[in-house]
Formats: sequence, C-alpha cells, structure tokens
Amino acid sequence: MPSIADQIPIAEGLFTWPSNDPRLIGSKCNDCGTVTFPAQSGCPACCGENTEPIELERKGKLWTWTIQGFLPNRPPYEGPETPETFEPFGVGYVELPNQVRVETRIQTEDIAKLRIGMEMDLVVEKYIERDGKDIIAYFFRPADES
Amino acid sequence: MDVAIIGIGIHPFGRTEGVTGLEQGVHAAREALKDVGLDWNDMEFAYGGSSAAGNADSMVSKLGLTGLQFINVSNGCATGGSALQSAYMAIQSGMFDIGMAVGFDKHPRGAFTVNPEASGLGKWYGDIGMALTPQFFGMKIQRYMHEYDISEDTLIRVAVKNFKNGAKNPNAWRRNAFSYDDVAQSQMVCHPLRKYMFCSPAEGGCAMILCRADKAKQYTSNPVFLKAVAVKTRQFGSFEVFSQSQALERAPAPTVQASTAAFEMAGIGPEDIDVAQLQDTESGAEIMHMAENGFCADGDQEKWLREGHTEIDGKLPVNTDGGCLANGEPVGASGLRQVYEICLQLRGEAGERQVPNDPKTGYTHVYGAPGLSGVTIMAA
Repeated sequence: MPSIADQIPIAEGLFTWPSNDPRLIGSKCNDCGTVTFPAQSGCPACCGENTEPIELERKGKLWTWTIQGFLPNRPPYEGPETPETFEPFGVGYVELPNQVRVETRIQTEDIAKLRIGMEMDLVVEKYIERDGKDIIAYFFRPADES
Repeated sequence: MDVAIIGIGIHPFGRTEGVTGLEQGVHAAREALKDVGLDWNDMEFAYGGSSAAGNADSMVSKLGLTGLQFINVSNGCATGGSALQSAYMAIQSGMFDIGMAVGFDKHPRGAFTVNPEASGLGKWYGDIGMALTPQFFGMKIQRYMHEYDISEDTLIRVAVKNFKNGAKNPNAWRRNAFSYDDVAQSQMVCHPLRKYMFCSPAEGGCAMILCRADKAKQYTSNPVFLKAVAVKTRQFGSFEVFSQSQALERAPAPTVQASTAAFEMAGIGPEDIDVAQLQDTESGAEIMHMAENGFCADGDQEKWLREGHTEIDGKLPVNTDGGCLANGEPVGASGLRQVYEICLQLRGEAGERQVPNDPKTGYTHVYGAPGLSGVTIMAA
C-alpha cells in the first residue's frame, strides 16, 4: 500500500481524506435544507448564503446512467487509457436518500448490467498516477460488487 | 412595436475547407442583404455571435466600416437566438428601425472540447471524464425513456426523418438519407444514443435583416413577423448539462419556461403552430423537446413518430430542413438556421421540402449548455 503521503485527492474538499471510511462532502442550507455537491457557499434553491458542509450518505440508488463509448478529448481528460486500450465506462447519477443526486463515474465489472434503481456504494480509490503519486478520486460501484 | 424579418441569408452548413467561419458569416450577411435588396450601409445596427470562430464585430472590416453599432453576443448554444432576440429588442424599443442578426462558426472535428473551469466547474470534473455533453444527453433520455416508456424505435425514427429531410435541403451538411437499419446498427456513443442519432459540431453562417413591422412592406412583399422571442435559463431542480449534483425535487426545464413565455407573448397556443424547428442535438432531445415545448404529452412521442405526425406532410412537421442532425451544429449560427428555415416555409420557398397547405405560423427552439433555451414564434 502506498503511504497516505503519496496519495493525493483529485480535488480538495470533494471527500474526506485521509480516512478509513471516506465520505463525499456536500453542503446543506440552514435556511431551506437544500443539499448540494460539491459544497458551495450560496444556496441554489433559496439564494441564501447560510450553508454548512455535511458528509453525504455512502449508499444510494442509480437514478440514471450512460456509457461513455469513446475516449474523451485531452485536455481536459486525464484518464490513463490510450485509443488502443480504451474501454467504455459508466457515468450516472446516484440518488443519496433525502440528500441529493450526485454525478459520478461508475466502477463495475460489467457495464451491461447497469439499471435504473440498482443499489450503489461509494468507493474512493486510485484513479491515475501523476508525478509519482496516486491521484485518488470517488466512484460508485454496484452494491453487489462491494 | 412589432418586428419583421425582411431578409435572410445562409452559408451552407457542413465543412468548407479554406473558408474561415468569419467569411461564412460575411457570405450569409451579403446573402441576406441581397435577399431584400439593401446594402450594408442601410444597417443601423448588428448583433452577431460565434463561439469558436472569432469576434463577430470584425466582420465590419469586410462588410464595410460604416460606423454602425455592432455588439458581439456570446450565449452558448443560444448564441444565434440571443442575437436575434437582441435585434428584436433594439427595434422594439424604438431606438432603431432596421438592423441585422448574424451568427457563424467553425468548430474542430469531433466532440466539443469543454473547459470545465470556464463553466464554473472544478478542473477534476474534466480530469475524470465527465465534462462531455453527449453523456448528459444519454443520461437525460435514459431517464425519460424509463419514466415515459419510450423505446429505441422512436429514437431511430427521429434520426431517419431528419436525415431524410436533410437530403432535400441544398444547404444541409449530411445529404444522404439513412435507412432504419443504418441508424439502428450504428455505433453506440453514449447509451442509449448511437452515432447516427447525434449531430456533430460543424461550420456555417446565417443572417437575418429585421425592421419595424410598419415599414416592412417598403422593402419586401413577403415579410415574416416575429410574434414572440424568449430566452430563459435553468431554475433550481431542472436536469441540466454539467450538473455535478441534482436536487431531489424536480422543476420544469428552461425550454418549458421559454416556450410558455413565448406562447403567452404571441397570444396563441401549440395547436396553432404549422411548422416547428426543435433542438435535436440528438434524437432524444427532439423527443423530449416535443413535450417540453407543449406540442404533445410526455410519452405520446412514441405514437407521434410511429404515425408520422412530425413528417413534412404530418400534422406538425418538425425539423423540415434536417435539423441539427443533418446540418451539424455551428453554435453561433445554429439558432438562426432554424429561423431561416421557418422564413422559407412561411414564404413558400422551401422547394422539395415545402410543408403543404400554405403554413402561416412557425416555431423555433434551441437548447444548450449550461441550461438555457431560446424560443421564437413567427407568422407570415
């Protein structure tokens, strides 16, 4: 296992890190209760500025999905694939109960099994290597693969 | 003060090697002037836009340095529609009598490249492979098909129709009709959307000359009147492109707001429209936009497409010029291309693809990143 010092989150403030049980960090409006991800200072629902960070649920249901069928343009894409090694990957929105729907890449052994409503779990793991360090990102994975 | 469109011009859409986007805009502007028999120095103002082919106001170096008010417009996929709306307001305010709305573009081949930070998103969003508009379109129609029981058959029929119409349009990019099987068997791009269900970034230019309605007959015998123009942005709870999260509560799409506002302004309803151009970035978009614009109930699209209601001879012809699917999407010009087509249809000049029975009212609709929509309603 690489040491924590060699593991860098893909962005600050997206998820709790370092952690044995990482969670996505959203924000909740103290006035109207609206939850957003990533955390933001203004509330998109009531236009107030009274929000605070909260940790989001790590389990949810797939609300919609697609399969990215071609290698995305670089920049901005930084995934490790080449045109020869590229494999289509899943993207979707996972509905976290009573909170928000989060857009996410989907990690699965079988993209053909994606269905609206399936149970999904948060995973935070290595995405790519950059300058000798592991870049850590969040994904969701079908619960039956966890 | 009502506003009329008295001159229209276009540079063919698609790929034109050796001709810049700006030159395509200049060509369209000259065609529009020629259409109504006016000169560039008759224009009191212009609004123009391009997303990837330079500043529209630099057209004046080629068209002539007349000192007119020229304002650049940049408003995502609604750039052309916003230029038109600005020109409409300039005349309606009483400040000007006559002027031009123009748009052009020239995009590199392949999917649009997005700079996430320019859209207020984290850099990570692009790093990880989510800053792609086709994913949004795939995810939105995937959910819609699930909720309203729409099958892949309907997605395929939309594409077949639009390419069939494009084959009858001399200014279209894709001028080959595709068979049902061609579309059904094309490569999967972003499930459930296949290659021939998507439009591509492209090139082209389009221009309109607008004037006070009470002066229109001085210039032309066949003016088209702008009865409504509306541009709206997303509200909390609508499902939009490049949303890192979505609210649990649902709100109507910006198209619904723009459409409602436009119908109210025009004082007519969807049932009164004779021909429509609806944003078909891909097949799914046209299907959802049929309902979002009020032309049918959610879920009725399956029946509408199967029964041919949106064909040129159907009860509501949609995308008679082939839409974005057959024309491609030069962002700055795309919304104006829709207006150009409606003008041709209402003037009875659409040739092989003319809607029968002398259409009197037309409708255009654009939708795009990051969640905005522009609608116009026109009458002969």
